[in-house]
Parts: sequence; C-alpha cells; structure tokens
Amino acid sequence: MTWIFENWDKFLEASGVHLRLAVIPVLLGLVVAIPLGWLANRSRSASAVLMPLSNVLYTVPSLAMIVIMPVLLGSKILDEINIIVALTIYTVALLIRNIADGLHSVPGHVVAAANAMGFRPLRRFLTVELPLAVPVTIAGLRVAMVSNISMVSIGALIGLGGYGQLFIQGFQSNEDIIWAGLIGTLVLAFIGDVLLQLAGRVLTPWVRAGR
Amino acid sequence: MGWLFDPAHWSGSTGIPVRIVEHFTYTWLTLLIAAVIAVPLGAFVGHTGRGGFLIVGLTNGLRALPTLAVLIIVVLWAGIGDVPVYTALVLLAVPPIMAGTYAGIRAVEPSIVDAARGVGMHEGGVLLQVELPNALPLVFGGFRGAALQVVSTATIAAYVGAGGLGRFVFDGLAFQEYDQMLGGAVLVAVLAVLVDLVFVGLQKLTVSPGVVGAGSGGNR
Amino acid sequence: MKRIATAVAAVMLLAGCGGDPLSSGGSGQSSSDTIVVGSANFPESRLIAEIYAEALSAKGVKVTKKLNIGNRELYFKGVQDGSIDLIPEYTGVLLRHVKKESTEVAPDEVYEALKKALPSGLIVLDKSTAEDKDAVVVTKATVAQYSLKSIEDLVPYCKNLVFGGPPEFQQRPDGLAGLKAKYNCEFKEFKALDVGGPVTVAALKDGSVQAADLFTTDSAISANDFVALEDPKNLFAAQNVTPLINEKKASEQVRSILNAISKKLDTKTLLDLNAKLSAKQEADKVAKDWLASAGI
Repeated sequence: MTWIFENWDKFLEASGVHLRLAVIPVLLGLVVAIPLGWLANRSRSASAVLMPLSNVLYTVPSLAMIVIMPVLLGSKILDEINIIVALTIYTVALLIRNIADGLHSVPGHVVAAANAMGFRPLRRFLTVELPLAVPVTIAGLRVAMVSNISMVSIGALIGLGGYGQLFIQGFQSNEDIIWAGLIGTLVLAFIGDVLLQLAGRVLTPWVRAGR
Repeated sequence: MGWLFDPAHWSGSTGIPVRIVEHFTYTWLTLLIAAVIAVPLGAFVGHTGRGGFLIVGLTNGLRALPTLAVLIIVVLWAGIGDVPVYTALVLLAVPPIMAGTYAGIRAVEPSIVDAARGVGMHEGGVLLQVELPNALPLVFGGFRGAALQVVSTATIAAYVGAGGLGRFVFDGLAFQEYDQMLGGAVLVAVLAVLVDLVFVGLQKLTVSPGVVGAGSGGNR
Repeated sequence: MKRIATAVAAVMLLAGCGGDPLSSGGSGQSSSDTIVVGSANFPESRLIAEIYAEALSAKGVKVTKKLNIGNRELYFKGVQDGSIDLIPEYTGVLLRHVKKESTEVAPDEVYEALKKALPSGLIVLDKSTAEDKDAVVVTKATVAQYSLKSIEDLVPYCKNLVFGGPPEFQQRPDGLAGLKAKYNCEFKEFKALDVGGPVTVAALKDGSVQAADLFTTDSAISANDFVALEDPKNLFAAQNVTPLINEKKASEQVRSILNAISKKLDTKTLLDLNAKLSAKQEADKVAKDWLASAGI
C-alpha cells in the first residue's frame, strides 16, 4: 500500500479529475431532470414517453454511451465532454422518475393552500412543490452520485482520466495502484453521499421541526 | 445499422447468436448466484429487524464498487476466465436484490404478521408463507434493477478477454467501427428489455393478486 | 430556492477543485506553445511518452500529458484532430496504419516510406535503433511439443491452436490476415485479449490460448518461459521507436531534444526499462533516471 503515499501527487490529480467527471453530470442531470420530472408528473402522455425512454437509456452500456458521444455531439474522441454528457444522460434517466414521484407525493391540500394564498404556478412550483419533493429527489441524487463515481472509471478505456487510469496502470504493473484507485473511489462515494444527505437536511428544516 | 442486419454477422463461432447466448448466460447465472446470497440475507435481516443498518451500508458500499477494478483484481488473483466475470457481476447484483428483499419484508403490514403468529404459525412459516409472498413485488423490483445493471455491465467483461455482447463494443472500439459498437449496444439494450419483460411475466404469475401493490414494478 | 442555490453553489465549488472544469479537456486544442504528449495503452508507450515529456519540460518546453489513450486506431484520430501533438510510434505498424498495402520491411525502407505516407501536417523525427516488434509467442512446452523455431514451423499446427491478441489484430494487415497471406497459417480460433498485456500473458500461461501476440521487448516473455517465434518472412516489419509529431509543434528546439533521445534509445535500453516497469517502478521516475544517465 506504499504507492499511494509515494505518489500522493498522482493520486490527488486522479482524484480531482475523477470528482470533476462524476459531479458535473450530477448537477447538469439535476438541472435537466427537474423540468422533465415536472412534465412527467403533469402530463400522462409525457410520462408515457419519458419513463420507458429513461429505462431504455439506462440499459445502454456505459462504454458504448461514451464512445458514441463524438458522433452525436461532434466532439473529439478524447474530449472529457463525451463522458460528461454520457453520465448526465444516466443521471437524468434516473432522476426523472424520482422527481416525478416526489412531486406526485405532494399532498393535494398543500397545493390547494398555496393556490388559495395567491401563488402563481411557477412560484408555487419553486417554493412549495419542489422543496417538498426534496427528500425523494435527494434519494435519487444519492444513487446517481454513487453510480457516477463508480462509472467514471470506464472512461479510462478510451484514455480519459480519473481512478480508471490507476486501475489500468495497476493492471499492467503494480496491484497497489489498483487498490489506491479503489479506495479513492469508495472514499469519494462516501463523501459525496454524506454531503448529499447533509444538503437534504439543510434543505428540509421542517422535517426535523416536526419531530 | 447495416452491421446489425448483415447476415454474415449472425453466424459462426463469434457471431451475434453465440454472443447473445454468452451474455444471457452471464446474466441468469449471475442473478441465480446473487439470489442465493442476497434473498436469505435480506429476508433474515428483514424478518428479525436486526442489522438493518448493515444492509443499507453494505448496499451503498457495494454500489460504489467500480466493476472494472473488481474485474482486474480478480484476474490478477485467479487468472482470466469465468471467475472474475461472475465475481464482478454478482457483487453488482447482490445490493439491489438484498435491498429489495429487505425493504419488501419490512413493508409487510405488522398486523398480517401478528395474525399469522396468532394462528400459531412458526417463525419459519411466518417468513416463508406470509412475509415473503407479501414482499414479492419489492423483491421483484430488486431483481429487475439487478438484471438491468448486470445485462448492461456484463459488457465490460470483454475487457479481460471474456465473451458476451461486450465483444462487439470492445472490438468496434478497437477497429474504430462505430456501427459494430452501436450494434452491440443496441443488442444489449434489447436483451435488457427482454429480461425485464421476463421478470414482469414472472411477477404476474407468482404474486398473489391480493398483495397490495402487485401491479407496480418496484422502485425503478 | 435561495437555499438550493447556495447548496448547488457549494457543491459546484467542491467539484471545481481547480478552475474551470470544462476547459481542461473541453476544447482539446492546446495553445500554440504547449505540446500535448500522448501514449498508447501499454506500458512501454507510456514510458517513452514520459521520456519525451520529461526531456521537453526540462528544457523549458510547456508540456501536458494525455497518456494511456488506447490503440492506434483510436489515438491516431486524436493526433489528426489536434487533441495530441506528440506520441511515440513504431515505424512499421504506423506505416501499415496509414498505408495498408505497404510492403517495406527493412528499417530504412520502412522509415522512408513512412515519411512519404504520413498525412500532411504530421511528421516523424529521427528514428531510434530501438526496436519492439509484435511477435507470435508460445510457451516453452509448445516449442518442445512441436519442435518450433519460427512461425513457419507452426504452420501445420495452426488449425489446431487458439491464438490470442488485441482485438485489432483481427483486422490489421500485419495481423491475422498477414499470418494467412504470408505463412498460410489460419488458427482454429482467435481470442480477443489485450495489447501485449496481463490478460494475454495470463491466457498463454493458463492455456486458454496456445499462441499469442506479444511485444519482443516485454520482460514477461523471459519471466514466464515464453518463446518468441522467428519471423523469417517478415510479417512484422521493422519497428523502430520514432516520435510522431504535429509539424506545427516541431520547433528547432523540440526537434533537437527528441532527436537526441532517439539517438540514445536502443533495444537493450527498452528491455532494461521495461523490466524496471515490471518491477513496479513508476514510469515517470524510470524516464527521469534514464534521461539523467543518458545525459540528455
């Protein structure tokens, strides 16, 4: 296990790249999934298209998804944007359902109360329905975060950075390097998960106040 | 999409049908092994109520485990072949099945369980005849989630020289033939949908119509 | 909403960890004075790339590294679209890649043909004498069983044997097609493994394949009692290690540094340095040490 200490700089660099490639898709995915989740909750026909579509997208193997991106995006084969968009698609596919379920779980009388107070639909959505959907959304985000952190390593098969590079280099020379990457992955996943749980608590103070 | 419909690719020892069978074998055998491990564990913890935090922690921890790394490490230890492939895939399939079983049993109405005990059922009978049948919708949800991940991830096995539909994705990448890679990806997606449909069918056949939520597909 | 915005901003900050996240790999096009050094997905290529990068940056040239990209089919696109500027290459396989029908086999002929065949904008600098060829490799037991010395001796048995190599070996002109055309050797089955790496070595060792494509400078060959069969018909052309570079980035200074490396790099050096990599030394350190000992 000495590799990680003797090559701390390389480990940190891989960690930075890995974190970047995993977290940006979670954020982008959230931004894209909120309106789509809203749509899926509002309209039956939208839901009938979005839900099966997101299920199928989720089955596309990650390596294939990453390498198909240059064809779809016109990007270069080695660009990080390929893996970022690919993971964003998985995140959206996962979150749409969570957000729709979360919005669906908002009790009708709460919506009615907001209406009675004169909230316009956009304000009601942003300040009442969306916050109440936070717990379910956070649950989805946690799954997305962890699976993204685990999936980024696939990008190493086409030369992208992160812990996957450590797996491949370790495979070719030194098993210690694989363990360094593996431990890094688990630690990042753990930290990401704890941060999301914290965010969930900060964003839903009423959950604790009610106890 | 020409690649997919070229009859030349549908024959021979490295043709599409052979790869589909390999991929499907990886899938069902993985699910079987994972079921043997995960269902009793999830059922036990769900029934006794002890060690629930362990299930949740283990599930999340395993979910973060990168399949590529597991595959590589097992190859270094045990050589190439089936062992690394199944190890990596089983580790992937255990968390959703275990979580589904656990959640399913926890969600059974306590009054039903009490009633079963009240008519003099043994704990084993309570678990097998009352709790598990009532938990089936969520158990199936777990299996469907696991199956989806296994079908999609079995692709990676080709990295260490294994077969399956991943062969087309990796070979397509190696030759820079996008239609071969795309063809492989489409086949994986189709297989995943078919496997999911099989589970939907099984669920319809095995879940008692009296069980609440029998129609829902679990958490996915 | 304000809370959400704050939380998102906080996560963004955490994620950023060093400037604009999309800029580093987003555009691919490097600024005019930075050289992006790439490498293929096997240790020797990474090592030579480290040697180039280390020597250049020691002389004040700005360098960034994109190592372990993949095979030639993949990274050559990166060279052409400007994502990478410099990569260690092997003359023979590169020639076959840019000109499939080429027939040259001797080092100088291959090198001259390669210079002519490269797409405009890309050049090779001086070639080194260091050679690392693909080879058909078998175990000592197989050698004894069939009394083998060269690929020719293998021909009668090809149809009974399983051959392992990187997936691209199925399509390269000096892969399966060349084995058939030059030696009339058609294997029973081809197993796609990796690029002269641990999977191939393991498969040969455990008998999953009986013959495999490995590199002649690989220390795994001697370490595992493997034998590289001779190639009397020159299926695998001369493979001198040579820098492939984007012409725009090849300033006088860059040329002289890289040519100095090629002058010192020979096959024995490659064998020694590869052995150090197998002994778990880090490629960048091995590169640095060698440059110091070679006085570059």
